[in-house]
Amino acid sequence: MSEILSIQNLNKTYEGGFQALKNVNLFINRGEIFALLGPNGAGKTTLIGAVCGMVRPTSGQILVDGHDIVQDFRRTRELIGLVPQELSTDSFETVWDTVNFSRGLFGQPPNTDYVEATLKNLSLWDKRKNTIRTLSGGMKRRVMIAKALSHEPKVLFLDEPTAGVDVELRKDMWDQVHALQKTGVTIILTTHYIEEAEEMADRIGIISKGELILTECKSALMRKLGRKELVLDLAEPLGTLPDRLTKYKLDLNAERTAIKYEFDSTSDDNGISELVGELVRSGCSFKDIHTKQSSLEEIFIRLVKK
Amino acid sequence: MNWRAAKAIYCFEMARMWRTLAQSIASPVISTALYFVVFGAAIGSRIDQIDGISYGSFIVPGLIMMSVLTESISNASFGIYFPRFTGTIYEVLTAPVSYIEVLLGFVGAAATKSMLLGVLILSTAFFFVPLEIRHPLLMIVFLILTSVTFSLFGFIIGIWADGWEKLQIIPILIVTPLAFLGGSFYSINMLPPVWQKVSLMNPVVYLISGFRWSFYEKSDVNLGISLTMITVFLIACILIVRWMFNSGYRLRS
Repeated sequence: MSEILSIQNLNKTYEGGFQALKNVNLFINRGEIFALLGPNGAGKTTLIGAVCGMVRPTSGQILVDGHDIVQDFRRTRELIGLVPQELSTDSFETVWDTVNFSRGLFGQPPNTDYVEATLKNLSLWDKRKNTIRTLSGGMKRRVMIAKALSHEPKVLFLDEPTAGVDVELRKDMWDQVHALQKTGVTIILTTHYIEEAEEMADRIGIISKGELILTECKSALMRKLGRKELVLDLAEPLGTLPDRLTKYKLDLNAERTAIKYEFDSTSDDNGISELVGELVRSGCSFKDIHTKQSSLEEIFIRLVKK
Repeated sequence: MNWRAAKAIYCFEMARMWRTLAQSIASPVISTALYFVVFGAAIGSRIDQIDGISYGSFIVPGLIMMSVLTESISNASFGIYFPRFTGTIYEVLTAPVSYIEVLLGFVGAAATKSMLLGVLILSTAFFFVPLEIRHPLLMIVFLILTSVTFSLFGFIIGIWADGWEKLQIIPILIVTPLAFLGGSFYSINMLPPVWQKVSLMNPVVYLISGFRWSFYEKSDVNLGISLTMITVFLIACILIVRWMFNSGYRLRS
């Protein structure tokens, strides 16, 4: 899979000295969905802005499909579509006009069939004659996606695409993003919703304080950093943990009714059999045993807090 | 060169004018017509001729120029400031366009609106006062140069302004006084010598004087100087806009 976006040694320091991006290196594969996770102010929007041309990098190089975004800005911008975080729309324009305007702005000849198909795919066709101010928030978000897709980009940036969107619409949006990927569009999204990244992304990047902490295939990340937890619900409350169990670093809850044991799910010797044997020998009886996989959210919090 | 982008912006801006026809066209035409009624018909009949021209006819070029330059500034400054205010400017900033296409779109549309307005006011003037245009081609050249130059100036204000108040401050505090004192309603030869010299520092004097010459072959300053001054102002505005886009001033962070 070849790279469609290459970011090398990217730095951005704003006037006033705030360094929003610190030596960021990132490579995005053609056709993948890449989720960029990070807390507020981590540099996600600055990074997108730098690629799209809204932010002027202090140093570093960005290539889109092999073209430099400064020297060959016309070519690279033709390849990119952006859906910004804010719902910035021309309130008095109709859906049809605003999408066609975007297509023209990006230098594409009129193509009513393509615009019609885009609006239909985004369930906007019935609203094409409506002015944007009459649409709901979710519909406005779709209009922005339609505008970003109007010039048939190869790379689509979605900055917090489902912010402020209800659960049903969010899932609908996820389906649409997957459908877009099938057409060959590379999608880079930023999100606060870990669930969103978990659901959609092929790869995940975590950015914190302007630094890209890691980029990893989602499943590998889950495997590598995903710890499992064994929870033993006790039949009767336990006063204190028997001494022989201290080596397991167990966690007894406040009610003293459950023991938690964290283990490495990838290891052959995870200690579960021994632990259960020791507990039985210590006279502990259980009413339930279950395991839980760390969510991406827990992984994210753990990494960002480092 | 991305001609489609320039066309898209131009058509988008022109569409805004048709949506707000009363504000864009009717309002300035009506207020200028009122000037004709008050200064041309009512007060003008009691004022002597200036340079052999009846007062009502004398003020026509000045009134057209005044409307054209204020509307050029207003249209262009609002045209670029509004997308900055609403955030939709992101599309222009991420599009494959240079400042030239952006100018052709925004400034071209603002200048077109002003020229239309100028023509409408001129047509309205025929109903109120006797008029002759001795050099129609030169009149058109002045109209185009003024519309484009002041649309560029408005565009600069629209980028510079970081609030609605700032958007209004230069037109109200600087441009309107300069326009009123630029010889719309009088010949600067009617002023005491000291004020005549002060008036020559007002760029609007050159515009109105040159424009009036195209009507009656009468002017306060030399025609060549008028054309030179407006050309210099036009080039200065283009260079400032170019710098704004190249440096990202108030557009890119």
